[in-house]
Amino acid sequence: MSRQGNRAGDPRKVNGELFTLTYGALVAQLIKDYENDEQVNKQLDKMGYNMGVRLIEDFLARANTGRCNDFRETADVIAKVAFKMYLGLTPVVSNWSTTGDEFSLLLESNPLTEFVELPPGHANLNYSNLLCGALRGALEMVQMDVDVRFVQDILKGDNITEIRLKFIKRLEDAVPVGED
Amino acid sequence: MADEAVFEFLHTEMVSYIHREVFKDEKDQCISKLEALGFRVGQSLIERFTKECSRFKDELDTMKFLCKDFWGLVYKKQIDNLRTNHQGVYVLQDNKFKFLVQMSTGKQYMESAPKYLAFPCGMIRGALSNLGVNCIVTAEVSAMPALRKADGDVPHIILFKPQMILPGMLLTDCRENIFCSPTHCFDVKAFWQ
Repeated sequence: MSRQGNRAGDPRKVNGELFTLTYGALVAQLIKDYENDEQVNKQLDKMGYNMGVRLIEDFLARANTGRCNDFRETADVIAKVAFKMYLGLTPVVSNWSTTGDEFSLLLESNPLTEFVELPPGHANLNYSNLLCGALRGALEMVQMDVDVRFVQDILKGDNITEIRLKFIKRLEDAVPVGED
Repeated sequence: MADEAVFEFLHTEMVSYIHREVFKDEKDQCISKLEALGFRVGQSLIERFTKECSRFKDELDTMKFLCKDFWGLVYKKQIDNLRTNHQGVYVLQDNKFKFLVQMSTGKQYMESAPKYLAFPCGMIRGALSNLGVNCIVTAEVSAMPALRKADGDVPHIILFKPQMILPGMLLTDCRENIFCSPTHCFDVKAFWQ
């Protein structure tokens, strides 16, 4: 028997194929459920947001990074710590705007799209839109309102996958209704 | 390699999406839909996992692969107990099932447990189907994993029944049948006595 031995490895990691295929099945289901790609993008973003809101807790508990002093530092932590921890890759931070409130994450490979080919007729679909939602949700929980969107995607024939993050404003803690 | 937390949250979101977007009269279909998603994933996964395996001797050998290697790759642990009546029914018992360990105990949560088991059930069925075993997979939770006491009583059982698919019977018929009522459970204890 040439069965593969126990490839368990790091107990905190799941099999990459399992993750990729599960995500693929989900996107396929969404495409079945909705008529247009815009709505699929919206749903993926929403799910990503819900995940981000929870992931940030996990991140802060495990990463031990401390407070970021400016947006540049935040960008570094996202790329070098968060992406590394959750997806096992390190995107390149680049294309800073002159005002320093906007940057791009460049991904050479994307684990979500490992076995994926976009069929024709889905030009508007942002297959990995979950990532945008997750970034937005996570940053919102640390008082940052950030706009996240895909600029380029290897799936659509671009050379690199580029996610653009734009800092909008600092969120102030809101006092719940009925409390002073 | 993705982090465990990401996968668990993704699964949670998937379950909540399927239940959120459904119309009232289609409530029963949620479980089927999730099961179908799992089926697809299981099918593709097993193809990749068994790429370099030699042929399985028999059904039991297939089951052992499922309990040890497949479970190990997917859930980072092995099945805690495998039983069979040697007539095509296998019971796989996982005392610490990944998707349930985070849930609180109590009746309320126990009722929503089937939602979180449909996808894994589908995955088992998909994997077995690609190994040539057409079967029906059902799950049963006898207690939430967190309820487990020091003496290690039986918290969670997945019971599944490989069943021959007759000519002319559509696979989808088979799938709809399993989860017609998500709360339906076999009485395992009675079954084994």
